[in-house]
Amino acid sequence: MSIYTKLFSGLISTVYGLFGLSLGTALAQNDPQPWQMNFRPAATPVMEDIVEFHNLLLVIEGLIVLFVLGLMVYIVFKFNSKANPKPTKTTHNSFLEVAWTVIPVIILIIIAVPSMKLLFFMDKAPEDQVEMTLKVTGHQWYWSYEYVDEGELSFDSNMIPDEDIDVSKGQVRLLEVDNRVVVPADTTIRLLMTAEDVLHNWAMPSFGIKMDTVPGRINETWFRVPKEKIGVYRGQCSELCGVRHGFMPIVVEVVSKKDYARWLVKAKNEFANIVEPTTVAQKQAAIR
Amino acid sequence: MDTVQAAQNTHDHHDHKPTGWRRWAYSTNHKDIGTMYLCAAVFAAIIGGAASMAIRAELAAPGLQFISDTQFYNVMVTAHGFIMVFFVVMPALIGGFGNWFIPLQVGAPDMAFPRMNNISFWLLAAALVLLLASAFVGGGAGTGWTVYPPLSNSDFHGGPAVDLAILSLHLAGASSILGAINFITTIINMRAPGMTFHKMPLFIWAALITAFLLLLAIPVLAGALTMLLTDRNFGTAFFEPAGGGDPIFWQHLFWFFGHPEVYIMVIPAFGVVSQVVSHFSKKPIFGYLGMAYAMASIGVVGFVVWAHHMFTVGFNVETRAYFVLATMVIAVPTGVKIFSWLATMWGGSIEFKTPMLYAMGFIFLFVVGGVTGITLANAGVDIAFHDTYFVVAHFHYVLSIATIFAIYCGMFYWMPKMSGRMYNEAAGKWQFWITFVGVNVLFFPQHFLGMAGMPRRIPDYPDAYAGWNMVSSVGAAISLVGALLFLWILWRTIVAGEKAPANPWGEEGANTLEWTVDSPAPFHTHDQIPELPDAGVHQPAE
Repeated sequence: MSIYTKLFSGLISTVYGLFGLSLGTALAQNDPQPWQMNFRPAATPVMEDIVEFHNLLLVIEGLIVLFVLGLMVYIVFKFNSKANPKPTKTTHNSFLEVAWTVIPVIILIIIAVPSMKLLFFMDKAPEDQVEMTLKVTGHQWYWSYEYVDEGELSFDSNMIPDEDIDVSKGQVRLLEVDNRVVVPADTTIRLLMTAEDVLHNWAMPSFGIKMDTVPGRINETWFRVPKEKIGVYRGQCSELCGVRHGFMPIVVEVVSKKDYARWLVKAKNEFANIVEPTTVAQKQAAIR
Repeated sequence: MDTVQAAQNTHDHHDHKPTGWRRWAYSTNHKDIGTMYLCAAVFAAIIGGAASMAIRAELAAPGLQFISDTQFYNVMVTAHGFIMVFFVVMPALIGGFGNWFIPLQVGAPDMAFPRMNNISFWLLAAALVLLLASAFVGGGAGTGWTVYPPLSNSDFHGGPAVDLAILSLHLAGASSILGAINFITTIINMRAPGMTFHKMPLFIWAALITAFLLLLAIPVLAGALTMLLTDRNFGTAFFEPAGGGDPIFWQHLFWFFGHPEVYIMVIPAFGVVSQVVSHFSKKPIFGYLGMAYAMASIGVVGFVVWAHHMFTVGFNVETRAYFVLATMVIAVPTGVKIFSWLATMWGGSIEFKTPMLYAMGFIFLFVVGGVTGITLANAGVDIAFHDTYFVVAHFHYVLSIATIFAIYCGMFYWMPKMSGRMYNEAAGKWQFWITFVGVNVLFFPQHFLGMAGMPRRIPDYPDAYAGWNMVSSVGAAISLVGALLFLWILWRTIVAGEKAPANPWGEEGANTLEWTVDSPAPFHTHDQIPELPDAGVHQPAE
């Protein structure tokens, strides 16, 4: 935990304390919380780095805003027409002008270094470390998943409508699907993404993943959830894709490797007779 | 009749102006055209504002209450974006203030091409009609203002709505290009003798830079729109993977226009705020040349950063790294501007009239929106924020809050010059504080929603996001009160305001030529080449 992270989490809990809000509610810890003001808990090394880098940014940017605000408050009290009836005619100060050009450049360099590190780290998992590949396809308005290493295993994942949501089972309205994507913990998983019809975006906030799914292209990203972070993670489509854009959630269930093996057997049975997703042409014929 | 007599006759008729509808419909007068642009912007703002109120009403609580048709919700989102960008901010800042005050400030009798000015306005009016029509046919355009294919192609948006929207943008674009040519020609050729480039008021600098951005960016949008139009109607496949095209190609073209577009909206705001800060501080602008060239460099760099809107499309990592670094460079000239404004106020004798409050509000809130821009520029953390409410908060801080503040600022500042009457100062200050509180309550909580992961452009959201959404909608209601109060002030000023002197804000600090003519500015001004005030015009470094 860096100094910024400590500083920031302290700040946040103070704010929560002030408003008498409680962090612990009926919702699972990984889900969005009422009155949440910060990121969801990080589940992957990438998201941890994002949070840490963001905390650095927040401190720098907060100081900039406070600095400007402080100057403005000073100006209001010191240089209003009553306090200072005779304005100066100063229009130049080479030292100041150089300073407020050079100091921002230095600040930007301080930001750019960790930014580049993060960017190159999150890009792609090295070829030799990939242990599993999962293919994601966006459709209007559901996701389908293919377990590329497991032969024919593939299924669609549709939102559970509001009226069928069972809160007692930990289901969350608009964030629950009939078939969750189940993945093993402690495994470096490569995601390949594409779309069948329009642009969609597969976003998983806790993983630090947000990737457009583009018809005619395959995008790649990766994640690895350690076994301490086993649990259910939720995201939503993050690129406007039509009338039901807000209703195609993503639910990933991270389980232990053992449970994953058990689930694979079951899933291969369950989804064995699934028909292939319909093509665009068929679907349009049906709509018309 | 001898020549002296003839000359006198001409002089007698000099202030002759057409009356009735002809005065406006056939107008070639820069002030009348400016007024028409401002009226169009107010009219469009009422519609665009209504769309945003519909959106905030729907989002006030989870579930679908007011808008059960989610296509209609998407149409509202799209219409709000298009109207506010193309028919409110641009017409007010560029068409309105630009037409009114470029000739007045450079000492020219009118724009260089008065008839082109007329067609420029009427193309915009026609564009607004087409855009509004598009909402009522074939289910409307629910594509977002970014119009990304394939969603915007004929498979997914059949019917004429998107075609009408495209044609509307074509007309609005033609209007902007003609306006830009007019501005550039006027500013380069029609300045009063002695007003060198380095002595132009900063508002003129801003208008000149904006006009160049328009001239270079709009044709790219026009090209992209034409390709989309032929994709939709004539079977081409520029953006269609099945025919060898690529939807990402659209995004490159759109944002190559779209990023300069945000500077097209904000640079004129810089210009207005610079005039006001200098005038009310009773000081010449600090670091004048730095201010002018900061705007120019923002304009130039603005053309090479477009793909920071596309960090999630799947670029290779080196491309993203370039766009991160290029984007962050813009923070430097922006910082120069902010600190130069502060330094202009420093040592001043500031009158906190409504325009000055708005100028200071602009500076502070532009900083707030600017620093979140630094966050978003970093592709690494942008992954967490892309397409969430954090982005909505960011761009509303810089565009909705800051530019709208600059529009309010300019309206209050120049209202006496344009209408010849003073607004009610107390009402103006109330209007500022209501708006200031409203917009912050409206947009600040959206940062939290974005961090928690709430996506943009969704009509319903998971229940956990209810709290901040409610706060945000309350903020929208407060901002609406501010907007309505502004309309009331505008109305009261026009019908019952006190007569304004030529320069109601005081001679000290007034350093532009519009304050040397009467209020309201006569129909024809500067028919004699004006003398530049000795001390007034900005002096470059000795």
